[in-house]
Parts: sequence; structure tokens; C-alpha cells
Amino acid sequence: MSLKIHNRTSGEVHIMDLGGKITIGEGSVQLREAVRQMLEAGNNKILLNLGDVSYVDSSGIGELVSSYTTVNKQGGQLKLLNLTKKIQDLLMITKLLTVFETFDSEETALNSYK
Amino acid sequence: METAENVIELVIDSNYRFIELVAAVTDNLTQIVGFSQEEAHWVGLAVRESVINAIKHGNQHDIMKKVDVRFAIFDEQIDVSIRDRGHGFDANDLPDPLDPQNLLNPNGRGIFYMRTFMDEVNFTMHPQGGTVVRMLKRKSALSNNSETGSDDAN
Repeated sequence: MSLKIHNRTSGEVHIMDLGGKITIGEGSVQLREAVRQMLEAGNNKILLNLGDVSYVDSSGIGELVSSYTTVNKQGGQLKLLNLTKKIQDLLMITKLLTVFETFDSEETALNSYK
Repeated sequence: METAENVIELVIDSNYRFIELVAAVTDNLTQIVGFSQEEAHWVGLAVRESVINAIKHGNQHDIMKKVDVRFAIFDEQIDVSIRDRGHGFDANDLPDPLDPQNLLNPNGRGIFYMRTFMDEVNFTMHPQGGTVVRMLKRKSALSNNSETGSDDAN
């Protein structure tokens, strides 16, 4: 498994702690499936904690975008927590930091859903 | 004038399982040339993106079609060529991922990242068929000043 996902909740917000690689094939597919299951369970306030993600390629960035639009279409919110510098660089140069709400503090992130 | 060229060539099947192999070789070679960890990371990403494109778009996952990866390392640069066996495409006629209407497109960022992180990226047709992507990265002052690679490894 290239991506490890641990789910926890805080109030109405479902936090997904991600660790490992979000790359083409396994990692991207795992993330897609995890978000799909979350939505199927009726949980549409999602916070992706990327702090332990060691590697992301363009497919992984695409999966974050895809997850964002899927959650939005269902009336939910998907936000990002603890971006590594390299993920931040990849999002910045493709102007995706203007799309995603991103946070360095979990508390601030959780409060933003209220 | 660059000297002391060493050439390393890999031939892989069109299967994503071999991407980590190419990535490991790339990491090893950028270390030999002496890139900083930061630059080595982005060279690795560019090579990874190019191999993915060769498998996905060039060879369209046909496992009978090979991907050639050729590295040439010099004192101050790395030169990587990736050849697929596809029908080619116009690299100058790709959707701009920064166009507001494309921002939410999940695809279309790989070549953009390659062009961002490498000093030169050229696309040509191979005389015997397929596209050849040639990418070049020169060591910057950052690499020459941080031989121990002490910068952020995230």
C-alpha cells in the first residue's frame, strides 16, 4: 500500500490523516476510493491532513482536484491541512492554492467549517 | 564544454510498476552529479512524469511497447531522454493548466511540471517511430553550495 489513510472525526468534520505517496496508480486510486466511501457514508465535511505525505506527482495533484470537485458537487467542503513545502510548491505553480483552502493549524481548519 | 559523460540506459515495459525503478536510478544519478536534495527531487518528478506520459499517452498501456530511458551525466548537468512507441503529439498545442477554465481539470499538469523544473525540455519524433522527450537540468549555485543536501527533503 503506497498510501496509508487513518480516519478520525472532530464534530462534523472528518479528518483523513494521509501518509506515504499519492502517485499514479495505487496512491491516487486509494485516495479516490477513500473519499468516495466518506461521501457514501454521508460525510461531506472533509479535511485532508497531508503532513505525512512523502511524495505527490501530477496524478496525485489531479486526485486532490478531483476529490475537491466531487465533494463540492455534493454540497460538501474539502480542505487541506499541513501541506509539505513540496506539495505547496506544486499547488502554487499551478495556481491551485487559489482553489483550495489550506491550513497549518488543525484547530483553525476545524473552526473554518463552522 | 561538458566532459566525462557517462551513459545509463534502461528499457522498461509499459507498466507503472517500473516507475519506481526509473525513479531510483534517477535519484542515484542526481546524487552522483551532486544536485541539492531540492533539485534532485524535482528532476526525479520530471523524469517520473515523462515516463508516465510515455506509458499512458504514448504507448497507451500496450505492454508490448517499450519505453527507453537514457541518462547522460556530466560534471554539471544531467540529460535524460525518454522514448515511447506512440504516434506522437504536438507539445505546443496542449491546454494551458493555468487557464482559469482548466484549473479544476484533474489532468494536464505533467508536461507543465516537466517544463517548470527542468532547464530544457524538447519533443521530437524518433526516426524509427515514437516520441523522444529530451530534458536537461544543470546544477545551480544552490547545488554547488549544498553538496551535503541539507535542504528540506519533504
